Amino acid sequence: MTDAALPLQPDAASAERPRTQSTLTRVVHYTGLRMIAMFITIMIGVYLTILIANMGGHVDKIRRGYIREQVAISVGFNEEFKNMTSEERRAHIDKLVALQEKRMGLDQPFLLRSFSFLWGAMTLDLGWADNMSSDSGSRMVRNIILERLPATLLLFSTSFMLNFLVGIFVALYLSRNYGSRLDRAIVGLAPTSAAPSWFYGLFFILLFAALLGWFPFGGLVSAPPPDSIVNYALSVLNHMVLPVIAIFFSSIFLGIYGQRTFFLIFSHEDYVDMARAKGLSDRVVERRYIMRPTMPTIVTSLALSIIGLWFGSIVLETIFNWPGLGRLLYLASNIFETSVIVGSTVVYAYLLGITVFFLDIVYALIDPRVKVGGNQGGQA
Amino acid sequence: MTAIRRTLSALSQYPSAVVGLAIIVAMVLFSIYIVIAIPYGEAVDLWRGGEGVWLENPRTAQPKWVNLFPGVNLPETIIMGPAGEADDDSVQKERKEVSEEMTDVITTFTFDYNADEFPQEISLFLTSEHEQKRPLVSLTWLTPDAREIRIADVTVEGPVTVRFSQEEKLQRRLDDVRPEIGLFADPDSDADDPRPLKGTYRLVAAGLVFEDDADVDARLVVYGQVYGLAGTDHLRRDLMLALMWGMPVALAFGLLAAVGTSVSTFIVAAIGVWFGGIADAVIQRITEVNLILPTLPILIMVGLFFSRSIWVMLGVLIALSVFSSGIKTSRAIFLQIKESPYFEAARAYGAGNFRIIFLYLIPRLIPTLVPGFVVAIPSFVFVEATLAVLNLGDPLLPTWGKVLSDARVNDALYQGNYYWVLEPAALLLVSGLGFAMVGFALDRVFNPRLRDL
Repeated sequence: MTDAALPLQPDAASAERPRTQSTLTRVVHYTGLRMIAMFITIMIGVYLTILIANMGGHVDKIRRGYIREQVAISVGFNEEFKNMTSEERRAHIDKLVALQEKRMGLDQPFLLRSFSFLWGAMTLDLGWADNMSSDSGSRMVRNIILERLPATLLLFSTSFMLNFLVGIFVALYLSRNYGSRLDRAIVGLAPTSAAPSWFYGLFFILLFAALLGWFPFGGLVSAPPPDSIVNYALSVLNHMVLPVIAIFFSSIFLGIYGQRTFFLIFSHEDYVDMARAKGLSDRVVERRYIMRPTMPTIVTSLALSIIGLWFGSIVLETIFNWPGLGRLLYLASNIFETSVIVGSTVVYAYLLGITVFFLDIVYALIDPRVKVGGNQGGQA
Repeated sequence: MTAIRRTLSALSQYPSAVVGLAIIVAMVLFSIYIVIAIPYGEAVDLWRGGEGVWLENPRTAQPKWVNLFPGVNLPETIIMGPAGEADDDSVQKERKEVSEEMTDVITTFTFDYNADEFPQEISLFLTSEHEQKRPLVSLTWLTPDAREIRIADVTVEGPVTVRFSQEEKLQRRLDDVRPEIGLFADPDSDADDPRPLKGTYRLVAAGLVFEDDADVDARLVVYGQVYGLAGTDHLRRDLMLALMWGMPVALAFGLLAAVGTSVSTFIVAAIGVWFGGIADAVIQRITEVNLILPTLPILIMVGLFFSRSIWVMLGVLIALSVFSSGIKTSRAIFLQIKESPYFEAARAYGAGNFRIIFLYLIPRLIPTLVPGFVVAIPSFVFVEATLAVLNLGDPLLPTWGKVLSDARVNDALYQGNYYWVLEPAALLLVSGLGFAMVGFALDRVFNPRLRDL
């Protein structure tokens, strides 16, 4: 969201290094290295998140709460303590809690503790929520978050695929007919992407839900949820239309504008003229000589736009009452549910890392420098 | 100066840039005006003042201009009294001596009602001057067709507000129709879909005072359904204030954030390129980590745990954006020009590293910074709105985002209060488009590769 969304992103200069390994080995090699690099990156990112969150001592609070709850449960279930007075029991719990805190290292300096919390975060052991629970009744933050994740993933993979495919095809079409009326209209519309998806969501709710009544105001399925799977899916689809369109609308024009510009820049290269002169068909020229070198740059800019999508999602889900991670974060922030807030922030860091990693692999598969054996750090 | 003039003349060839520039100039001028006309403290006081400040405004009233649409004729708020305030004789007050001890102070409000809809509520604000014996005020409503409806009898002790909608006896007398409808309804219209009777209404507040110099004053407010140019929100606040003050806030936030992030990113990229080696590698790795830091959730945490002040948020946002991916773009361009011979010349005469970076390297590339900077401004304006919609807006300042947030929380779209959403949204959109259009045109001016595309 902080990046100027301009289409020019010169890619790194490649240092050609001829090799004789097979493509598969190189891709696996590249992927492995990227995976390690990305894992370290995610770890540092999560660690920084913890540092930020803990500045007010909130992570400690989560852990203390967790310990107390565990101890209280175990004392409550233990027959031996049934006969204690509540005073005695409280004293006993306090003693156990102090012991447990010492065992968990809460009396250690923060630096050491932050690493143990990092371990918890990396293994998604995110603690317990005080006032929130998952629909299945669990109060483990991991369960709460994992329960919401599919809804978010459904919404975002759908809109991302839609954006990607429509973007590429329209951009190709426009680069073929550049200067046409449609081309100029889309270039003119590109500035509309300055507004995030939730902003257009408001307009779409107003128009299609409030005024026309074609689609529901929000939610995942209609209430009560339909019994049969087919009807359930249809209901979800019906609810998905407006948020997906909102995401689509907020990023498609800038996406097309950027991709079309790349296509145009690359279609003016000498080797493209050469290919045309050889008499190759337009389709072949497009696929082999224009698309191929453009793809890595497009994937890089996609990586940036998808990160913007994730953050737009927090408000978008709130506006559409979409029961995903973003709305969870919003609800948690409203009732000050620290463990869920920190937990979802960590999960967001994960999701971003995985997104970037995934696009890196795609990049490795399509970047001729990786495929043919160029330098490793393709996405410099 | 010539560079700026040349840029402007190049921009003038793009109609969208001219429109965008006009929008930006208008916004800047208006912002300066509003900050002078309603100073910061006053704006905050008005916005946070609660219902006391806005007592005489209707709740969630639409803007007045909706009456310009055909077939719409919503009532405006009618405020009358106390007697002697206005020049006309719409409010008349007379004293009649009833007996030695009692005097009747009769205030009569006369007004025309011509709207097609009913008012929102009716309130009478009574004040009295007396020493011991409290005045007794009885209220009577006179309709255009000469019906007489008794409203209530009130003893006045200090300031008293009579809210007609809360007078249960009155409601019973009106066959359980809400008083603001029952008092104005045409008796001939359908009871299920009552229409207001147009004409001249009168309210007589007859105050019986028991002391010689005692007095009763009354002020009648018939709350309409439209208010001002922008309407009001659920706390009766005039939205115009927030819409107007939102502009300097949005401009300041967007501009500062854009300057802060683009300049710092630029400097970091330049330093990395100039020193190369480890410094460059470290900066590159930090950028990769920064890419996966969840900016918005971190902002939410900061807002919840530390401070919601818009300026704290701004600082955190800039800090998180220093190592943004913009570094990669700048780095590639810096790498190209680093080889220019004049850097060698600078080194030959003994210039220090930072002298070269800040006096030779960075100024050379400022033109490439400008388009990105301009395009970034609206995205930061929207960041502010995003935070506000997440209930993390500045606790004091009225901003566009907070208006949107209030509207959302109060189900404005669901209940048909579209103006509440549309007004701040339109302002956000227009200002965002203004900057984006100029930025895109600038990009084409400064990037010759794009010029023909």
